[in-house]
Amino acid sequence: MKSLRVLIVDDSSVMRKIVERALRQAGLNVSELLEASNGAEALAEVQKGALDIILSDINMPVMDGLEFLKHLAALDSAKGIPVVMITTEGSEARVVEALSAGARGYLRKPFTPEQVRERVAPLLGGNQ
Amino acid sequence: MRTMSSQGSQGAVAFDPNWKTILECAALEVFEIMAGVRLEISSSSEEQNGGETAMVGLAGALCGMVTLRCSRQSSVRLASRMLGEDGASNPSTARDALGELCNMIAGNFKGKISQLADRCMLSVPTVISGEDYSMSATDPSQGVTITLLFDGEPICLSLIIQN
Repeated sequence: MKSLRVLIVDDSSVMRKIVERALRQAGLNVSELLEASNGAEALAEVQKGALDIILSDINMPVMDGLEFLKHLAALDSAKGIPVVMITTEGSEARVVEALSAGARGYLRKPFTPEQVRERVAPLLGGNQ
Repeated sequence: MRTMSSQGSQGAVAFDPNWKTILECAALEVFEIMAGVRLEISSSSEEQNGGETAMVGLAGALCGMVTLRCSRQSSVRLASRMLGEDGASNPSTARDALGELCNMIAGNFKGKISQLADRCMLSVPTVISGEDYSMSATDPSQGVTITLLFDGEPICLSLIIQN
């Protein structure tokens, strides 16, 4: 099983911990966990090195998740990194917008570790 | 579970008494999934004024607020269930966890009402610590309050709607 470098993007440190815990409870082999509190910080992390997957909130200050996706699409170094959006809003429109902007999936809060695995594992190229 | 409710002429969604059941359902789901606890709904309207109060504002087709109140001890126990030892060791983390629970309950609630899902925005959560305060909404307002029991301790959840 491949070990994963994961970036979690959320303005709430508690939500970042919850997502990390859910990834580990889902049985995913997370070797390195990077955190960012908004899209701008996340772009800086992306440019530092290879990531296996990004999980990002949509509603954030400074740069929200949708804006982050648009900037990410323009980065050569980010090509092929799957992004899963995490949302509290029940808005279908926001989810459609995120998927159109390049997100490969989404998780709606509240989520179980099983749901995290269902959304994340298929995006990891059969390594999990 | 999704429901429909009447819509006013200016796009506002009118308060529906059936929302109490939907709010209960939304809350029970969030506590069970995120904290691994199956709460009971109390038949009495036991008040919980103290400790911590998390608030999330609603704006758009529905304007108002969702509040979640519990004792400090309950907030720490909930946080430790959500986050492990990290949640129990830091009071600030426990408060933030309560805010996130309130945020998820508000989001889950509006997601179950088809007319609100795309047309009602949530604020970031705010948490007040302490007991020496009172809350009031500008009239006219309507709302529902439910009391949930967590290890016998009340957790009060309110939906206050500005008409």
